[in-house]
Formats: sequence, structure tokens, C-alpha cells
Amino acid sequence: MNVKLRYFAWVRERVGKPEETVEIPPGVATVSDLMAWLASRGEEYAFAFENRNVIRAAINRSHVRPETAIKGAGEIAFFPPMTGG
Amino acid sequence: MKPTVRLQREPFDAGAEAEKLARGRDDIGALITFTGICRGTENGEPIAALTLEHYPDMAEAEIMRHAAEAASRWSLLGVTIIHRYGRITPGENIVLVATASQHREAAFAAAEFLMDYLKTRAPFWKQVETASGKTWVAAKAADDTAAGRWEVQRRERKAAE
Repeated sequence: MNVKLRYFAWVRERVGKPEETVEIPPGVATVSDLMAWLASRGEEYAFAFENRNVIRAAINRSHVRPETAIKGAGEIAFFPPMTGG
Repeated sequence: MKPTVRLQREPFDAGAEAEKLARGRDDIGALITFTGICRGTENGEPIAALTLEHYPDMAEAEIMRHAAEAASRWSLLGVTIIHRYGRITPGENIVLVATASQHREAAFAAAEFLMDYLKTRAPFWKQVETASGKTWVAAKAADDTAAGRWEVQRRERKAAE
């Protein structure tokens, strides 16, 4: 499955790029699985996703939880807790 | 009621936005404007600027969803939300929430609700620039608590129905 990934704030800085398109291997079914798989892709990813319980995610621009299935997602974003306002 | 939502780099004129919301109408009896301003210190240390990063498409959709949620909870006659992004220096405005209603309770409550949600759910991230470098602002537990009470209220209201 081909998915566009977007990273924001310190997740973006640690990964070293704002976005990329990746081929997700079979077996990676949820947001949480995807973070675990990303963390295994290299040093910068391991650093970005070392503290996975603080990272938030959105699928197709809506907030989702770690257990949410990623099937059919076009765009998945990862970011720290929001600090707007 | 169609909310106005704008994300922009430039400063806004809070007074002009409020005036625009109520112009030519005699049904509005209450108009609340909240302006968030960039402070000159963060945790006691002077800051040079704040830089706000955002997720453009999602931010607009998410703020629109919250404006619609506010309109379903309270009887509102107008809502304007403006959120800036980019580099902002101390004293400059960051965010505007303006709400209008017939009586004050709805406008006050909706403005507070919208600000609480903007703080915790709108995809914006603040980075502080000081003499010692740049750091990302950590999310505050107090903001989550403030946003959480609206969720409790929603559940209680649903349970009562």
C-alpha cells in the first residue's frame, strides 16, 4: 500500500523531511503498527518515534487513535501534541 | 450562521473583525472578542519571537468542525476565527475568536469552548526563539484539562437526552 506521510514540528525535524511517499508492507495494519515499522527504518526514524505514546496522528486530515486501521488511507500525518491558540 | 475561518501570516485587526460581524444587524445583543497575544517572556526567559508551524489543510477543516460544533451547542449569530502562522514577535496578535449571540451566555461560552479546542486540537505548533536557541513549546496539561471539561459536558448532555 502506497501512502503519503507528513511530519510536523519536532517529528519533522527528527525525521529530516516534511513528507514522503512510502510503500507500507503487509502486516502493518494500524497507526501504532505504522509507527513501530517507521521506527525500524533508520536512526533518524528511531529518534523521531522513540517516544511513541506522545506522538499524535491524523488520517486524511482527521485526528485518529493509535489503534485506528490505516487501510485505505491516502495521507497519514505524525506530530507532537498541539500547541496552537 | 456561516462561520468565517481564516489562516494567515499577516496580523489582523480585532476591532474591525468584530465590527464586521455585527455590522447592519439588530438581532445581536452580545459580541465577544478574544485575542491571543505573543508574550515577551516564556517561563521567565525573554523571547525574541514565536514561530507557528501548521498543517494547512487539516487546520482549516478542524477549526471549521469546531465552529460547527459550537453552533450546535449554543445559539450563535456569528463566529469569526483567525489563526496566524509564521514568525510572530512579542506584542503581536496570534489568534482571534469572535462570537455573537442574542444574549451574552452563548457568546461567552462558545468563545471559551473554541479557544480551549484551538489550544489542544487544532494542528499548530509553537516554537520559541530565545538568545539560547529555538525550542518547541510543550503541551500544557492545564490546556487538556480545560478542553476535557467540554467533553464531559457533552457526555452529560447526551446522557440526559
